[in-house]
Amino acid sequence: MRFLSRYSALSLARRALTAARWSRAWRAAEPRAAYDVIVIGGGGHGLATAYYLAGRHGIRRVAVLERSYIGSGNAGRNTTLVRSNYQLDGNTQFFEHSLKLWEGLSHELNYNVMLSQRGQLVLAHGPGQFDVLARKGNIMRLNGIDAQLMDRAEVGRLLPFLDYSASCRFPIYGGLFQPRAGTARHDAVVWGYARAADRLGVDIIENCEVGAILREGDAVVGVETNRGRILAGRTAICVAGHSSRLAAMVGLRLPVESHLLQAFVTEPIKPFLDHVVSFGAELFYISQSDRGGMVFGGHIDGFNSYTQRGQLAKARTVAECAVALIPAMSRLRILRHWAGIQDMTPDGSPFIGRAPLRNLYLNAGWCYQGFKATPATGWCLAHTIAHDEEHPLIRHLSLDRLREANGYDEYGLGLKTYRQ
Amino acid sequence: MLRITCPHCGERDYTEYRYGGDATKTRPAHGSGDRDAWYAYVFEFDNPLGAHREYWQHVQGCRQWIVLERDTATNAVGRSWLARDGEPR
Repeated sequence: MRFLSRYSALSLARRALTAARWSRAWRAAEPRAAYDVIVIGGGGHGLATAYYLAGRHGIRRVAVLERSYIGSGNAGRNTTLVRSNYQLDGNTQFFEHSLKLWEGLSHELNYNVMLSQRGQLVLAHGPGQFDVLARKGNIMRLNGIDAQLMDRAEVGRLLPFLDYSASCRFPIYGGLFQPRAGTARHDAVVWGYARAADRLGVDIIENCEVGAILREGDAVVGVETNRGRILAGRTAICVAGHSSRLAAMVGLRLPVESHLLQAFVTEPIKPFLDHVVSFGAELFYISQSDRGGMVFGGHIDGFNSYTQRGQLAKARTVAECAVALIPAMSRLRILRHWAGIQDMTPDGSPFIGRAPLRNLYLNAGWCYQGFKATPATGWCLAHTIAHDEEHPLIRHLSLDRLREANGYDEYGLGLKTYRQ
Repeated sequence: MLRITCPHCGERDYTEYRYGGDATKTRPAHGSGDRDAWYAYVFEFDNPLGAHREYWQHVQGCRQWIVLERDTATNAVGRSWLARDGEPR
């Protein structure tokens, strides 16, 4: 039976040809009185953490608590980009580890996360910017990561529909291409990790909101929820957007402000844009979904908010970027737009690891780069929880790095949350 | 569109302003060597869900810094005043 409950061509054929129905992909678990580990937050990061805790570290009395349904937060609100073109030592290796996990994820989870390694091109609009990309590409290649520097003619062959006109405000000078970058299906990632974790015995408890974190002295011992008190040996917080509120429950102030990032999707059109493209003159990135919609996003709104509703002025700026880059976009209509609440940190990098309280672990501050980090975050946070010591790949992302003047400002934007 | 009232120029779109962050923080004394106080001032945020008091500069108007009361759960704005004058009584 276990064999047949795996997803495969055989199980598909069996259900197509017989009356057999698909069973639930994961149980609707009732909370138990106590667990070894509680993960607060049923997004990609939380579920991946639970999966690797159970699968790699043999800790199976694990609960994932989600206040709504799983994947209802930022996991369902991003633009699904996956890449590893980071230049600061530490980030480069961490995100490459994540991309390698992505590459095997569908097999590992027995769930098609629809990874599409269509390649990402970051554009340069002048020689200075081109030099920066060349440097980044060299760093990537020295770390064994694929990167190709392209001049204007090569970009033109790859993407003939960009604006190459003489009157163009930001002429295209060249770009850096990472062939292994791409997109993945965000819901499938959440569901795949949930199903795989559930099979290893993890309880996924939806509609379970944490109202208080229980302490005994300097140790965290569990949580109080709307479905009762649940005790835990160790507790992890993976609640992007609301990290400050959870941390405040134990008296912690974080270097985090909650800001909005909007994303947009147009009406579906025939296959047009084969790659992910990032504009170099503004923060703007675009890809085409499998359905045909152009999916794009830009910069954060610029002031802190929990509304999950973006400002129209920013929508206009982003639309202007789209048309400046791809003039043909002007004929498309936007079908939907939405906003996610980002944990913005002063240096634009997250922090993962032990919190200042015993048995509490923090995973927060992902800004707008959390989706691509999902597998590696789960991998490293699970290791950190299991061993009560940070995984080597995340040691540079400690909570106290800013106190020690070791900010990790990947884009050199200055230590302000609203500038990142 | 978020609309912010400038004491000099009246109610304007937020795009005329530049955001300046949490206005409730107290800057440590000049020359202070208290690293914890500087860390809290520069890097930590209350980041509340609800009432928030923040700086905005009216860069496309009178260029004055103002303090605005805003609810971060709804973006509803409350009072605003010139930062240099302090909260009106």
